[in-house]
Amino acid sequence: MIKNLTCIVCPIGCNLEVEVEGNKVKRVSGNECKRGELYARSETVQPVRTLTTTVLTDDGRLLPVRTDKPIPKNLIFECMKEINRKTVSLPIKIGDVIIENIAKTGANIIASKNMG
Amino acid sequence: MKNVDLVVIGAGPAGMSAAISAYNSGAKDILILERDSELGGILQQCIHNGFGLHKFNEELTGPEYAWRYLKKVQELKIPYLLGTMVTEITKDKKIIAINPSEGIFEIQAKAIILAMGCRERSKGALNIPGSRPVGVYSAGTVQKYVNLKGYLPGNEAVILGSGDIGLIMARRMTLEGAKVKAVCEIMPYSSGLARNIQQCLNDFDIPLKLSHTVVEIHGKSRLTGVTIAKVDENLKPIMDKKEYIPCDTLLLSVGLIPENELSKNIGIEFDSVTQGPVVDQNRQTTVPGVFACGNVLHVHDLVDYVSDEAEIAGKAAAHYLNQKAGETINIPIKTDGKIRYTVPQRFTEYKNTVLYFRTANVYSNATINVRDGDKIICSKKKRKLLPATMETITLTKEMISSVNSGCMSIELEVAEND
Ligand code: SF4
Repeated sequence: MIKNLTCIVCPIGCNLEVEVEGNKVKRVSGNECKRGELYARSETVQPVRTLTTTVLTDDGRLLPVRTDKPIPKNLIFECMKEINRKTVSLPIKIGDVIIENIAKTGANIIASKNMG
Repeated sequence: MKNVDLVVIGAGPAGMSAAISAYNSGAKDILILERDSELGGILQQCIHNGFGLHKFNEELTGPEYAWRYLKKVQELKIPYLLGTMVTEITKDKKIIAINPSEGIFEIQAKAIILAMGCRERSKGALNIPGSRPVGVYSAGTVQKYVNLKGYLPGNEAVILGSGDIGLIMARRMTLEGAKVKAVCEIMPYSSGLARNIQQCLNDFDIPLKLSHTVVEIHGKSRLTGVTIAKVDENLKPIMDKKEYIPCDTLLLSVGLIPENELSKNIGIEFDSVTQGPVVDQNRQTTVPGVFACGNVLHVHDLVDYVSDEAEIAGKAAAHYLNQKAGETINIPIKTDGKIRYTVPQRFTEYKNTVLYFRTANVYSNATINVRDGDKIICSKKKRKLLPATMETITLTKEMISSVNSGCMSIELEVAEND
């Protein structure tokens, strides 16, 4: 089976043609670089995404945060629920871990900004 | 009145990068003026990732990208004033500004870098018939509400325009629990990046309706819905192909426009296509000592390119203060209809230069030719050219100095079948 994907690894956004047999990727074309092929493989087996959002701080402002590595796409809303329950105490430094092992994905939620 | 060698107006990605580069090139008496309460500009509300792949080989969020520069500004102890609004820039480089601690004050600069960025177009909103209820916002306004204030302005949204901010906000509102019912794009193609269509719309099953626009806004005090319609090749709505979508929020993401209100009094020349100043290879405007970079000059698709451009402007401003640069030549660059604009628009020096340009339409298998009269001095083939993607062609010092006709032109050669 031939699947068409848009590579989301960089802003070029190559159109990928992926030949899939069952759960296996036989051939990838259309990618302008190697990362496109890796993306096609992971997208076929299990799509992952970096999640970015905000967390409420104890002074009422919002701290921008992100996952420190991509998480399975189907767990995005579960992660959002957990993040939206959280309030962090300031000060916070960029890169600080805000939630460890979010939704058992193995990824941490980290701060994208210094806030004090 | 204060005297400062170099005043940078705006502390977004362009202003910070320009100031750092000017400092590193020898300018030491610098002052950055920023109207917001922190450095970083619009990056601070762009909490999504995707910034910095070119500059840092990493995918950073907006605040993280800003931090890379903010840290340097602080390390180098480059002075800046926050909460400071510039109200006027005169021809003789006098800057009038206002802030709560100093009131109204004047600064005499020797050189100025314009880095005020851009604002959202509001045009799309004006020509839609119907009422003007609460619930119609620009995409950037909603981005600020959601990401900085924690306020989700509605539960069911329609987005008009498929620019990147609109796509990013479709995902953001969905993550926060709103239902985004459709993104309408009047053109037959999206003006946003392909990756954003995938990760912001397709990932959440949000329909992208190409060749569709909003033809009516409904609701008295609060928005209750919009009517959308398909458009024909002339972008005219086909009224018997209407569809009513109930919603309480309409986001407009219909493009950005350089914010040049302040630049108008300086006496610099403007490009009617970019709506930014006309600049040379050093990003110097037609008034010596006044430079421009970033989205105030032309709207960029990647912040990485803004930073690159600002480095050029910062370095050139430092050299200007050192009297290292002298205007010697003037070679304007003409475009054909297929190429909408170039930046720079002219050369005043023989210097290796990356020429940035955008096309007017989607073209495949095209050749970009840079000419001096009939003579082709540089050409490049491209499989695909999109209006949403800024393109580049590199011209060497030798190519530029080979121009005899006093003018350069850039054209697109497209195969017949396109
Ligand atoms: S294949 Fe490579 S160049 Fe193409 S979008 Fe993916 S990462 Fe970018």
